[in-house]
Amino acid sequence: MKPAHLLPLLLVALMGPVTLAHADEVSVAVASNFTGPMEKIAPAFEKATGHKALLAYGTVGKFYAQIKNNAPFDVLISADDETPIRLEKDGLAITESRFTYAIGKLVLWSSKPGVVDDKGEVLKRGDFRHLAIANPKVAVYGAAAAEVMKKLGLDAALEPKLVYGENITQAYQFTATGNTELGFVALSQIYKDGQYAPGSYWLVPPTLYPQIRQDAVLLVRGKSNPAAAALLTYLKSDAAKQVIRAHGYEF
Amino acid sequence: MLLTDSDLQAIWLTVRLAGSVTLILLLVGTPIAWWLVRSKAWWKGPIGAVVALPLVLPPSVIGFYLLLAMGPNGPVGQLTQALGIGPLPFTFWGLVMASVFYSLPFMVQPLQTAFEAIGERPLEVAATLRASPLDAFFTVAVPLARPGFLTACILTFAHTVGEFGVVLMIGGNIPGVTRVASVQIYDHVEAMEYMDAHRLSAVMLIFSFLVLLALYAWRPSPKKGE
Repeated sequence: MKPAHLLPLLLVALMGPVTLAHADEVSVAVASNFTGPMEKIAPAFEKATGHKALLAYGTVGKFYAQIKNNAPFDVLISADDETPIRLEKDGLAITESRFTYAIGKLVLWSSKPGVVDDKGEVLKRGDFRHLAIANPKVAVYGAAAAEVMKKLGLDAALEPKLVYGENITQAYQFTATGNTELGFVALSQIYKDGQYAPGSYWLVPPTLYPQIRQDAVLLVRGKSNPAAAALLTYLKSDAAKQVIRAHGYEF
Repeated sequence: MLLTDSDLQAIWLTVRLAGSVTLILLLVGTPIAWWLVRSKAWWKGPIGAVVALPLVLPPSVIGFYLLLAMGPNGPVGQLTQALGIGPLPFTFWGLVMASVFYSLPFMVQPLQTAFEAIGERPLEVAATLRASPLDAFFTVAVPLARPGFLTACILTFAHTVGEFGVVLMIGGNIPGVTRVASVQIYDHVEAMEYMDAHRLSAVMLIFSFLVLLALYAWRPSPKKGE
């Protein structure tokens, strides 16, 4: 056989066999800020129910575009409540299934100790080069951070120092790598298993920003998938709530 | 108005970035390509491989490690701070530097191919006519490799315009400083402003097509021996 004749065979070998999701599998779109807890919840869910969860992490805006174009997701675990509601209006999500699985907390954080005081006075002093926030236009935690600065009357003063992350994960990256001295991040990113990450932080009072309600919803594609319903039920269980709370979320 | 001010700002920034990167790479990439062709050193293989690496590595991975390297605790960041420039992430010149690295193979490889195609003979002839190596390079090699230069510049410019993962990682999405058109389009999509995304994308598409069309139309048709 000439090498050229092998090409079609090679192509077939590379392309096939495509694994399709089984009935007892649920594919889940997970907002990136919920990555930590979900990595613990998924194995526990699989152990408790025998179903399998296929997880995809990303930004909610991207998931919205994908779901609108028939992405194979059964469940959306969102970073906000607006996107699930929007999908319901589009006829792509089941209204009755939606619930708030966690309430997000905003925190001002520095990877260095002693930079952020426990009252957030550092924002008024302004003795830093960069402050990272998630893009307020696209991310709820970013919008919350913008609201905090506005309420404190510091939005104009801080504007030139702002660096925008595509999502809250990137705002965290900028701060964790020391490229920005400060960052508004999700508490879930610096609080794991009841422990704060090294550095200094200010837990922003909830009165300074609108509540960050993170909703989960069943998508039309997962309507008759028992694994999808089981996952949503499991998210409400005490075992799941314990993990969620240990990552700095409330209910 | 078809585009918003922030869209126009993003386009202008993109053109500035791609232009700066192309000019810098022309100066940096030409000697590298020439050396890769002419050198007999054993480490020319490894260097060639390093130059090609950005083709293989995922852009967001490159961006993340550039963020670490150029950050206040990274080796490049330490150097720029010692020189009094300060850390480069979230600045226009930081983007330029990252893009120079990222687009390097797009400048070097077409030039390398063009220089290789010239062969030994024309340079030997130049030498017998007492041209110094530098003289021979500018009066013989560069004119003969002109189509290669054009291709290299087009590819570098186009590749920088289309860059996304790297700028997203080290740029910080600052309007007028690091928010280039690709990031602006991405933001529109993420914010579910699909009409704005369509408009800006269409403008970018037409602009890119016209630039490429102009350059290819102007490109000389290959002559015998080239």
